Amino acid sequence: STVLASAREGFEAGSVSDALKSVMGSDSHDSGDITISAPELAENGAVVPITVESSLTGVTDIAILAAANNNPLTSSYKLGEGTKAYVATRIKMGDSSDIVAVLKANGQLYSSSREVKVTIGGCGG
Amino acid sequence: MSSIRVRAQLSDGVTNVRALISHPMETGQRTDSGGNTIPAHYITEVKAKVRDREILTANWGPSISRNPYLSFQFEGASSGDTLELSWVDNNGDSDSTQVQIR
Amino acid sequence: LPASARLGAAGKNPSDPYELPARGNVSILHFTDCHGQLLPVYFREPHINLGVAEMKGRPPHLVGKALLERYGIDHPGLLSHAYTYLDYVKLAEHYGRVGGFAHLATLVKKVRDQRPGALLLDGGDTWGGGSGTGLWTHAQDMVDAQLKLGVDIMTGHWEFTFGADRVREIVENDFAGHIEFLAQNVVDVDWGDRIFKPYTIREMNGVNVAVIGQSFPYTPIANPRHMVAEWSFGIRHGEMQDTVNNARADGAEVVILLSHNGMDVDIKLAQVVDGIDAIMGGHTHDAVPAPLEIKGPEGGTCLVTNGGSNGKFLGVLDLDFRDGRIRDYQYRLLPVFANLIEPDPDMARYIEQVRDQEVTYDGQTFNMKDALSEELAVSEDLLYRRGNFNGTFDQLICDALMEQVDAQIAFSPGFRWGTTVLPGMPITFEHVMDQTGLTYPAVTRNEMSGAMIKEILEDVADNLYNKDPFYQQGGDMVRVGGLQYSIDPTRSIGERIGDMELNGKPIAPNESYVVAGWASVQEQPAGNTGRKIWDVVADYLRDHETVSISELNEPKLRGVEGNPGVSSV
Ligand SMILES: [Mn+2]
Ligand SMILES: [Mn+2]
Repeated sequence: STVLASAREGFEAGSVSDALKSVMGSDSHDSGDITISAPELAENGAVVPITVESSLTGVTDIAILAAANNNPLTSSYKLGEGTKAYVATRIKMGDSSDIVAVLKANGQLYSSSREVKVTIGGCGG
Repeated sequence: MSSIRVRAQLSDGVTNVRALISHPMETGQRTDSGGNTIPAHYITEVKAKVRDREILTANWGPSISRNPYLSFQFEGASSGDTLELSWVDNNGDSDSTQVQIR
Repeated sequence: LPASARLGAAGKNPSDPYELPARGNVSILHFTDCHGQLLPVYFREPHINLGVAEMKGRPPHLVGKALLERYGIDHPGLLSHAYTYLDYVKLAEHYGRVGGFAHLATLVKKVRDQRPGALLLDGGDTWGGGSGTGLWTHAQDMVDAQLKLGVDIMTGHWEFTFGADRVREIVENDFAGHIEFLAQNVVDVDWGDRIFKPYTIREMNGVNVAVIGQSFPYTPIANPRHMVAEWSFGIRHGEMQDTVNNARADGAEVVILLSHNGMDVDIKLAQVVDGIDAIMGGHTHDAVPAPLEIKGPEGGTCLVTNGGSNGKFLGVLDLDFRDGRIRDYQYRLLPVFANLIEPDPDMARYIEQVRDQEVTYDGQTFNMKDALSEELAVSEDLLYRRGNFNGTFDQLICDALMEQVDAQIAFSPGFRWGTTVLPGMPITFEHVMDQTGLTYPAVTRNEMSGAMIKEILEDVADNLYNKDPFYQQGGDMVRVGGLQYSIDPTRSIGERIGDMELNGKPIAPNESYVVAGWASVQEQPAGNTGRKIWDVVADYLRDHETVSISELNEPKLRGVEGNPGVSSV
């Protein structure tokens, strides 16, 4: 279906903005009351745990993007009635990057971001 | 055995779901020791339902980690309700499992 | 939190440094980062410990005179020697060695006798690195010493480099019923469930005291992840707030955090988490004479301390808890001077017996005491490690690496442990193990591009000088041999390192250089030479017989004029 095709397009997008246009229909957003929980330093770039949470009501969509990845969109979520604005998953990151979470609530987009550093490691005290 | 391990726990009216799925989540960017590209092979969609109620649909790309993890929370279920979790990957393979909310 | 006795008489050099009458009804004894040093040692404090951004000039980023001024400590004296590097050799010869578990045991007994019910907390980095006997007995030497000393509660960092199975074995067997190993921030990688108990509540003179454990958040990054492959760490400050709330809901009236975060991380944690009364901190090895009083998000005060390293100090925190709150406190970071304290005979006997033992390691059977006492060479100079950049012992290790494996450049990790050798002293194999003893000792030799070398230096520098302490790892800068560079700690990643040169020639990004190193965190280190770091250093010393450090390869510092965290020697 065309809906599915457009939902998949976001994963091919090379920028946060293009990915958001594709998956959320727009890339304009306000900063919102969104909490991203993620390690400051990734233990393993191949498995970076990310939790997105919000107290906003009427949230229907959540997208999680790693801005520095070649294709920033990692995943998007459609929430049913009564589903909380809370999603946790684990993503791959090639390099240090801002993690961007975008929520759609009552048709309006909100976003927040947080830096996760991927370090070479070693040399610790 | 199912590729999905899932725990669904009810507390104060909120069901907390945590799921682990066995899947390679190949990006299509990696090469094997012989220099051949390992084909992309990743889950594209995960769906959670309670009876006919759609709780969550996850659209995933190849940058979700190998053996993926997914957690979400919802209201309005009762202890003993059945949660169904299913996935489809880019090859058209799929799996599903059911768990009782405790 | 009104504190009538902040530093009190601590700044003056007391006639009896160990005369410390108890105050209040809740007492916490704390030592941390002893790094397996059972016997008294020399340990020189740093002359460079730079803080950037809001950390500039804030404890622990004060060295030498700046530190003494801040705390009103006279120099020269017992305390100025304990807390700074000033006139180090002269004062070390005068005051003698520090630490040692037999001396610590006597001090703990004395302080405890005046404080019924006091808890003894061990902040971790107890089993190593930096100890031959620890390595060869798989930490059994320290585990039995901790039990003898009467440790009540511990958390960890280098403990994890003995592997998850060994940690579990000790916690579930040796420690069962005696020592609680706490960590709110260690979870299994699959489900995120906690591996260790997050907190414990102990009743002390009618007061319910919670102790929360926080292990080193970056263990799987700074040390080999494969040793704890099923465990995930992290600061987890959200979970820390939940843990504090749970402890309070469980009836805790006083909440103490036993932390291995490092001091800057602890200060930020105290700013963002409500309800912690005091943090007994370690990892960054900062000998800070008095607590910082940090305001929490809800306006409460948290006392943030850091307890030094290598067995040099015993922290004593007395709290007067009455009518639902802390009315007053007293804190001392007591230096453990071996010449001023009678060794505890029972502990002394134990240490002698545990060292004089045959072990088998890596296919060889030997007596540990015999091996450790081998005199390899004589040092003409003072050999030390601690400080943001190369210490003289690091220089020796880099020189040994370059010569022994024929490399142009050497990298040696910025560990904060490693004891000090006075000029004229024989360098024993024990000194070498103090600097190199760990469970992943492979020496590597690799070709690296100039660009990659720059990337490594930038990466490590950012782990040391990131403006946000939650992004810091708490190690010092990687030590370098051959290569010279400049660093501006106040800049951002990618912009700190400059002027990279080898033998007077600029390092070219596309050119290839032979780089020796050790302590790779990879399970199969690239370029593994098959040699172990202590053998490389020992062979070098045997070859040279006497060593002098003619030139200490410290980088050119930029952007730190007037920073009290640096002092030239
Ligand atoms: Mn340490
Ligand atoms: Mn440590």
